[in-house]
Amino acid sequence: MLGLDKKDSTLLLIVVALTMLAPFILNPFPTESGLAQFNAGYPDLMQRFVIFGIFAIGFNILFGLTGYLSFGHAAFLGIGSYSAVWMFKLLSMNIIPAILLSVVIAGIFALVIGFVSLRRTGIYFSILTLAFAQMSFALAYSVLTPLTNGETGLQLTLNDPRILGISQTADGSIPVTNLFGLEMRGAFDLVVGPWSFTFSAGYYVCAVVMLLAFYMSIRIFRSPFGLMLRAIKSNQQRLNYTGLNPKPYTLAAFVISGMYAGLAGGLMAAMDPLAGAERMQWTASGEVVLMTILGGAGTLIGPVLGAGMIKYFENIFSKINDNVLHSWFSFMPDGLEDSVVFIIHPFVGKGWHLTLGIIFMLVVTFLPGGLVEGGQRIARLFRRKKTVEPKSAKTEPAE
Amino acid sequence: MDSIILQILNGLDKGSAYALIALGLTLIFGTLGVVNFAHGALFMIGAFCSVTLQRILNLSYETIDATQTDFLGNPLKVKTPYLESWFGPEMGSSIIEWSVPLAILFAIPVMIGIGFIMERGLIKHFYKRPHADQILVTFGLAIVLQEIVKYYFGANPIQTPAPEALSGIAQLTSTIVYPVWRIVYFCFSLLIIGAVFAFLQFTTFGMVVRAGMADRETVGLLGIDIDRKFTIMFGIAAAVAGLAGVMYGPINAPNYHMGMDFLVLSFVVVVVGGMGSLPGAVLAGFLLGILESFASMEQVITLIPGINQIIIYLVAIVILLTRPRGLMGRKGVME
Amino acid sequence: MSIKNVTRRGVIKTGAAAGAGLALPTYLSAASHTGFTNAPGNDKVTLGFNVPQTGAYADEGADELRAYELAVEHLNGGGDGGMLSTFSSQVLDGTGILGRKVEYVTGDTQTKSDAARASAKSMIEKDGAIMITGGSSSGVAVAVQGLCQEAGVIFMAGLTHSNDTTGKDKKANGFRHFFNGYMSAAALAPVLAKNYGNDRKAYHLTADYTWGWTQQESIAAATEALGWQTVNNVLTPLAATDFSSYIAPVLNSGADVLVLNHYGGNMVNSLTNAVQFGLREKMVDNKQFEIVVPLYSRLMAKGAGANVKGIFGSTNWHWSLQDEGSKAFVKSFGTKYGFPPSQAAHTCYVQTLLYADAVQRGGSFNPCSVGEALEGFEFDGLGNGPTLYRAEDHQCFKDVLVVKGKENPTSEFDLLEIVEITPRAQVEYAPDHPMFAGGQLGSCNPGA
Repeated sequence: MLGLDKKDSTLLLIVVALTMLAPFILNPFPTESGLAQFNAGYPDLMQRFVIFGIFAIGFNILFGLTGYLSFGHAAFLGIGSYSAVWMFKLLSMNIIPAILLSVVIAGIFALVIGFVSLRRTGIYFSILTLAFAQMSFALAYSVLTPLTNGETGLQLTLNDPRILGISQTADGSIPVTNLFGLEMRGAFDLVVGPWSFTFSAGYYVCAVVMLLAFYMSIRIFRSPFGLMLRAIKSNQQRLNYTGLNPKPYTLAAFVISGMYAGLAGGLMAAMDPLAGAERMQWTASGEVVLMTILGGAGTLIGPVLGAGMIKYFENIFSKINDNVLHSWFSFMPDGLEDSVVFIIHPFVGKGWHLTLGIIFMLVVTFLPGGLVEGGQRIARLFRRKKTVEPKSAKTEPAE
Repeated sequence: MDSIILQILNGLDKGSAYALIALGLTLIFGTLGVVNFAHGALFMIGAFCSVTLQRILNLSYETIDATQTDFLGNPLKVKTPYLESWFGPEMGSSIIEWSVPLAILFAIPVMIGIGFIMERGLIKHFYKRPHADQILVTFGLAIVLQEIVKYYFGANPIQTPAPEALSGIAQLTSTIVYPVWRIVYFCFSLLIIGAVFAFLQFTTFGMVVRAGMADRETVGLLGIDIDRKFTIMFGIAAAVAGLAGVMYGPINAPNYHMGMDFLVLSFVVVVVGGMGSLPGAVLAGFLLGILESFASMEQVITLIPGINQIIIYLVAIVILLTRPRGLMGRKGVME
Repeated sequence: MSIKNVTRRGVIKTGAAAGAGLALPTYLSAASHTGFTNAPGNDKVTLGFNVPQTGAYADEGADELRAYELAVEHLNGGGDGGMLSTFSSQVLDGTGILGRKVEYVTGDTQTKSDAARASAKSMIEKDGAIMITGGSSSGVAVAVQGLCQEAGVIFMAGLTHSNDTTGKDKKANGFRHFFNGYMSAAALAPVLAKNYGNDRKAYHLTADYTWGWTQQESIAAATEALGWQTVNNVLTPLAATDFSSYIAPVLNSGADVLVLNHYGGNMVNSLTNAVQFGLREKMVDNKQFEIVVPLYSRLMAKGAGANVKGIFGSTNWHWSLQDEGSKAFVKSFGTKYGFPPSQAAHTCYVQTLLYADAVQRGGSFNPCSVGEALEGFEFDGLGNGPTLYRAEDHQCFKDVLVVKGKENPTSEFDLLEIVEITPRAQVEYAPDHPMFAGGQLGSCNPGA
């Protein structure tokens, strides 16, 4: 199907099903129940899942295939966001030109930064990319404020000179980003008994883009180009001896993954028209590295899982406060309730970082291939009776 | 002229912090081949060793002073440290005042212990794993250590002042003054750096470790238990980071994320110095410290706005493009 | 009804069949029968408390959260009622807001605009919060204020001191009780002139981001009007930890006052470094060298330790105030938590009460009704004397405290002493003042 072999087609179909049904899958608990706290099926978080998924997929094309560890990829995400918001300010509230521009601009930056950084390998390469990203961040935060609006972040205002469109709506508010009239903030709720599911236009736009990005990445992984990238990773010297120059291939991979990051940044701005400088800070670059390794570097689906996991913790665990804990355990006798809350308290709410840190350590210690390996192990448990070990569709985790 | 000398002093001072952290980081890189993202956290824990000691020395009993009231209008509880009641107020308060220098003695065993536990309990399982896995696990560890400190000490900075005798300013020339503690910090870091080099250069243990850095397998084949030596090296690296943290306390009040603030910078320092080179790390530390100080001079900022924000990264790019392995890097290490 | 083993189509069908497949549009396209986003039901209402819980401002965020919990308790009739009894408007009676029990959700801003918006969105989209409040920096406040304007909920700003929040970035749905850079400067400058004379040369170190700039601009203008000279203004990176290379040039600059336009960790470090370099003992042309910190907070003063002694600054509120409102608040906060509240806690508590009161007086949770009730509202008894919520820019006008680091603190909380309570008239400015120009409130957005 679509030029994919059976294994990949199945994977793609599974991902299609998961993203399309996400509003159901992510909202498994009835709205009024105590466990509703764990529901993640609201538009903003679902959008974040797929957008960061795109970011991580792109990062994986570079890191998973070539082994080049970029520590400054967030710069492209930030640049994409700024381009998109400027497009909204100057041209039109339609998201198509904004996203196109963000991909192009991010691609240009990636070409320049990649061209310079790829003159070095290993950790020297990582530090070069880090240095470029940190410079972008520091300048965007301070000197470039006329362009980036500094600390506050670039926002739309009521007097933007929008060429194709209106500066403000009739009732005096800022127009909404749209796709040929389909408002990105539009959504409707489906109430089924005690459950409530939200279908957001913005989410489905992001999801479709993510599926395209995912499909592209499968094609790249399975193409001769992808094979070449893997050859670069396993032994660059040998490649040189055979008379092949690896540089154009790595540069192409770098630019492609930079454009993926720009696409993610543009989508982010399309969902919520604001671009902040923190998106380019090293912590943001580090986050996508962590997402990829956590999920399983070099695997197709791993980075998306990793992205989902980290964003879930950031948005769901940070909101569990003592009040919520007490309401969960209110069925217990008072003394017991207090001690249970006391034990859980450091790990949730303001302690969500701690839980995330522990999970990083546990996953990498016990699942060397990331979350994907965890999934494979579970799958193997069920398939143990079959004599033929299924051939893994995943590549080996990367260095 | 005076302002240039002052900036060189500032640069040496910043540089000593960078150099000490980068030195420990390089020891772990060079000997164990591990990318340790938790190294900044070790620096932070060092600083909190002196906070802890200060708390211990300040353990107090409460007496009620009926003549004063607290913020709720109740009689004020006055705290008196036990030390002051045991040794008299004079002696007691001067012991408390010297808590930072005393914390050096306290921090060495604590940091070496933490280093041993980290290496034996966690890091040693990651020697053969890809660098990416090492990054993830040590980053996770750094977050955990940081959050534990935050849980007990809060997010606000906590002052650990230098003793009266070592604070204040020194009159270097008729026009140049400089804080005494910063001079102390600089000398202290030279002492530690010298000690580490001497240890590696002049002891049999150091010789074996250097041999192990160059070719681990051969040393192992010679029947030397190189793993054990490496554990000790990890302990030493942790102690160097910890001591850097203890002594840094009076310069800037310790807070729980000070390690993360230094982490990225110290990686840049190590790489600019060149992978696997101890002198390179020290040299790069001082170089970047001095350049950073000069870039923050007002004349320079007016000339190139924003240069103080990016100088370190700009220099790193220039050096890495002109010298492929940093200042003094060895061939083939993490390339 | 179970959703196990059903297809998506199936669910929609069964949902519709059950008569429950009601398409309730979510925020920004609120249902016509309520007229505004997240209209609460008949028994409870949810407020969203969005404060920094990780990062450098986590302690300040924790104090804000304590204040919010206290406010909710008092609104629901628990505790001793705190400032409810001293508040000049007496429509709140401890039965919640408009008879609905007050509930709340919390989130972590991480002091990043992106994370703060994500957190606020989850409160609006998932938890149905009708009002968002909190925050500990101006960047976050402006970003979240913009979001609330678009989403059609009220934003009651927490600690945000930049002129921009109610200046060029003001929004119809956003309200600020906290004071701002201009007011700090207007209150502080006369006290500085009185204590240090009119003939002074000031050297400014300024954090290189929007708050720092507006603060510096305000204090420089106010002191220059009283005869001071501004020798220099050097911008320092927000990420700086060691300020030695910025402090050292001050020594021989000929300046005799150093103004630190820093907040939080920056302020703790730059002040510590300045004291290290002996600036406090320094004499310039027979004048004692002085340091000024325009915006003080008790939590930060604690971080700076003994270095704050004798240093002037301004603050929105301090627990040692002796009016009835402040005393009532300190008493209930101190009894519950064991230490006095910070200025951040105070402004957050007051904002919650003001919101509840506005809903009660306007008779509706509709943001437009709340906005109308708050605009031009004059009140008293909440700790800052007679206060006005100005209609033109949604900024509160009230007395400003000029404080000084205490020489002999009696406890770990007793760090600042009030030097002067600057009357409101002295810190007022026209809504079109150049430092605040460039923005428009727009019209209130109920999300319909």
